Amino acid sequence: MSTIAPAPPVPAPATASGGTGRRRLPAIAWVGLAVLALFVLAALAGPLLRPYDPVATDLPHRLLAPGARLGDGSVAWLGTDQVGRDMLATLLAGSRVSLVVALATVVIGGAVGLVAGLAAGYFGGWTDTVLSRIGDVQLAFPSILLAILIAGVLGPSITNIVITLAVTRWVIFARVVRASALATRELEFVDSARVLGAGHLRILFRHVLPNCWQPLLVATTVQIGLTMVAEASLSFLGLGIPPDAASWGATVSAGRDYLGSAWWISTMPALALAAVVTAVGVVGDAFRDLADPRAQL
Amino acid sequence: MGRFLLRRAGQAVVVALGAISLVFVVVRVVPGDPATLILGPDAAPDQIASVRADFGLDRPLWQQYLTHMGEVLRGDFGDSWRLGGGAMAATLDRFPATLALAALALLITIAAGFPLGMACARRPGRIADLVVSTGSLVGQALPSFWVGIVLILIFARTLNWLPSTAGGGALAVILPSVTLALPFVGWLARLVRNGALEEGAKDYVRTARAKGTGETAVMYVHVARNIALPVVTVLGLLMGNFIANAVIVEVVFSWPGIGSLMVDAITNRDYAVVEAAIVTITVSYIALNLLVDALCVALDPRLTPENA
Repeated sequence: MSTIAPAPPVPAPATASGGTGRRRLPAIAWVGLAVLALFVLAALAGPLLRPYDPVATDLPHRLLAPGARLGDGSVAWLGTDQVGRDMLATLLAGSRVSLVVALATVVIGGAVGLVAGLAAGYFGGWTDTVLSRIGDVQLAFPSILLAILIAGVLGPSITNIVITLAVTRWVIFARVVRASALATRELEFVDSARVLGAGHLRILFRHVLPNCWQPLLVATTVQIGLTMVAEASLSFLGLGIPPDAASWGATVSAGRDYLGSAWWISTMPALALAAVVTAVGVVGDAFRDLADPRAQL
Repeated sequence: MGRFLLRRAGQAVVVALGAISLVFVVVRVVPGDPATLILGPDAAPDQIASVRADFGLDRPLWQQYLTHMGEVLRGDFGDSWRLGGGAMAATLDRFPATLALAALALLITIAAGFPLGMACARRPGRIADLVVSTGSLVGQALPSFWVGIVLILIFARTLNWLPSTAGGGALAVILPSVTLALPFVGWLARLVRNGALEEGAKDYVRTARAKGTGETAVMYVHVARNIALPVVTVLGLLMGNFIANAVIVEVVFSWPGIGSLMVDAITNRDYAVVEAAIVTITVSYIALNLLVDALCVALDPRLTPENA
């Protein structure tokens, strides 16, 4: 090599191709969003269109396969269960319970975690020590054990299951918020605000909080999926949703005895749960990549 | 090394004590008066008072707490009112079954996940890679109780290959441990794949290839050794997870382990057994974490006790 090779062309600024591509949601995330939209719609409108009656029995129509025609001419698209209830109505009612429990849990757990994380991260000192130690102890517990313990002690009800799951989940939110608050506290604009005479509350809400939203949102999407699985697991064990409400986990459990003759009772709610949880995971990943392009690697 | 382990062990003891306290708070403080629970709602006030005195419930809560902690530290968790004998004895009796389940699940996860991840790393972006990454996503979303039910339906009821409950002999451990392992096979494969891809770009791999080493030897002799550390870390954590997650799988398969014991106990309000079971699982979980920490320092000379 006697001559110096020409310098390679300067790569175009990332905004031209890579930048915009990175900022766009991938196709699979749109599929996930569509599944989630369908789920929310089913939870909101479904029980109105196909009312679920927990004590109804219709023995002539029990254990009918999906697509079977009932005596009154209507079609049981997902079949009927062991006492003749329409599986579609059960599934729709279960989707509402699932959605309500997941949302209430992340809202309550997220709010508690936000306050605790802000206090621990911003003030530091003994507040941080106490809150972090409590969090350590709780995370040393496998969360499913704590959930079984609290749910078993409180007894089955929708309120109790939300309390149980919020108690087991708040630490995750608190950790995420604490890390952001800790990082933000050291930044110069916070110092400037302090020099200008802003109080703690003003600094917390105007300056620190806006930097915590994004990680909190990402943690929330992940937790929604985990919460739904946890609710279904507890209901499967008979510790979650009371028998007068429908839950996907409880329906799977009820169908166990009819696996040989009516596989759809256990399978339909499990597939619904898997589809929604996968969708939440896909959408959550896409959001995380959007929020932090470096995390893609 | 010694001081590092000592410090970690100290932290583990503090966390374990905290966990026991947490169980005390939930079991003793939340559900109301245990005396009413034992005697029923129609009991006469003087009966309730005498039971409260027998169990020390009339003393202030902090005294009850200290007494309780003292008993727990001596290994005395009280008697199970349902099973008769000591709660801890009943729990330890069931522990080997859970350990066997978790150990086999770990073995299955490694045996399936490691080669799968290596195969994916050889041809990233190809069909096998896509199938594994999709499978790992779906596998983690499928509820384990339903996977267990489906496995029973296919392999026990339809094909009649394997027993579905513990009564069926030694082979009965296979289905529950596969159920336990399945969500994590894809997860481990992803981890191994990413580690192998990262290592595969390094100089020593190119050198090995240049001197004519076969691809299998490159992957399993050179690369595998360098990704062992993160894998060992997660395997330890995985074992802890398996012991905890076994609760649900054991119920599905009526497996006579610690998890089904605990669920039985909690539905029957047999809190002594519940507490013994939770403490046993939590302590083994913490001990596994400690073991992983120690193993990482021992395996990787780059990690010193100071920076670990």
